[in-house]
Amino acid sequence: MHEMSITQSIVEICSEHAAGRRVRSVTLEIGELSGVVPDAVEFCFQACTRDTLLEGALLTIDRIPGRALCTDCQAEVPVHAYYDPCPACGSYGLSLLGGEELRVKELEVD
Amino acid sequence: MCTTCGCTSHDHDHGHHHHGDGHDKRDHHHGEPATQGRETIAVETDILARNNRLAAGNRHLFREKGLFVLNLVSSPGSGKTTLLERTLTDLSGTSRCAVIEGDQQTDNDARRIAATGVPVKQINTGAGCHLDAHMVAHAVEDLPLDALEMLFIENVGNLVCPAAFDLGEHHKVVVLSVTEGEDKPLKYPQMFHAADVMLLNKVDLLPHLDFDVERCCEFARRVSPGIRIFQLSSRTGAGMDAWYGWLGERRVEVIEKVTGAVTNR
Repeated sequence: MHEMSITQSIVEICSEHAAGRRVRSVTLEIGELSGVVPDAVEFCFQACTRDTLLEGALLTIDRIPGRALCTDCQAEVPVHAYYDPCPACGSYGLSLLGGEELRVKELEVD
Repeated sequence: MCTTCGCTSHDHDHGHHHHGDGHDKRDHHHGEPATQGRETIAVETDILARNNRLAAGNRHLFREKGLFVLNLVSSPGSGKTTLLERTLTDLSGTSRCAVIEGDQQTDNDARRIAATGVPVKQINTGAGCHLDAHMVAHAVEDLPLDALEMLFIENVGNLVCPAAFDLGEHHKVVVLSVTEGEDKPLKYPQMFHAADVMLLNKVDLLPHLDFDVERCCEFARRVSPGIRIFQLSSRTGAGMDAWYGWLGERRVEVIEKVTGAVTNR
């Protein structure tokens, strides 16, 4: 359940940027291969934002799809798990291009 | 205030105490629409940025001290502590080692390690499910770094959460015991992807099990194509020499890199 400490970091980052203003919305980018479960972050967000500037803020999570370059056939392909083979040639030698993101994208403040 | 990380905590208790009392999962997606007078701030900050910054600090310190650092991760009961006991005892004549032990509760493992004669520091994470760079930064303050060559960090037994947290180590080493099932690398791909080395432990039990070693290794390579795999038993000592060989070679490479960097400056 590392989503709890991930969410605490989210609240810290947002509070720092809000600089005392009330936060109305938070947008996150969570990659498909980041190992972080969006539902769990939403759940933890409730608990972690209580009595903070973020209490009641709208949480939006943008999912970033996994993408990789096949080191064998050089195709740029989608990946949904680390053990996915290249859909073009079947190789497991994939070099990830995206999908591991874990980012606070933006905030809306009063 | 702590000068390493700016924390104000004096007891360095970095557990997680923010579990909410309510489970009234409100719907976040029905908030108020954006209205005038509100400002949008582009943050674009990595959520793990603070941990990564502290991990970079640890890495810098380890480089300065010429210290080779491994982060041992696994599920509970894979035999990490026994593996360390054997490794530390067998290397006692050739390498100066220390250990950081991570567990939710008790100092049982630290006492086992201390019995081998090496310096050890126990971290209790309380409810926390993983070690982070901040905890390690404080734990190393109590170790005689100048007198050391290798530091083993035994993470909390958990095949999920420790994968996301860089501690500043040179390599994550995942320990998998043959009593656990050969498909663990597929079930917990994040961890095996993050690891550079897999120690397949308790191979002395293979005659009693249906564990398919080849399949397990194939699964590990699917998730992490370059992973180094050592089959060993810390109980009988089988296969341990290859692991020690790798440790010795990598440590020399790390130290040479440091020496080279100093010479080239």
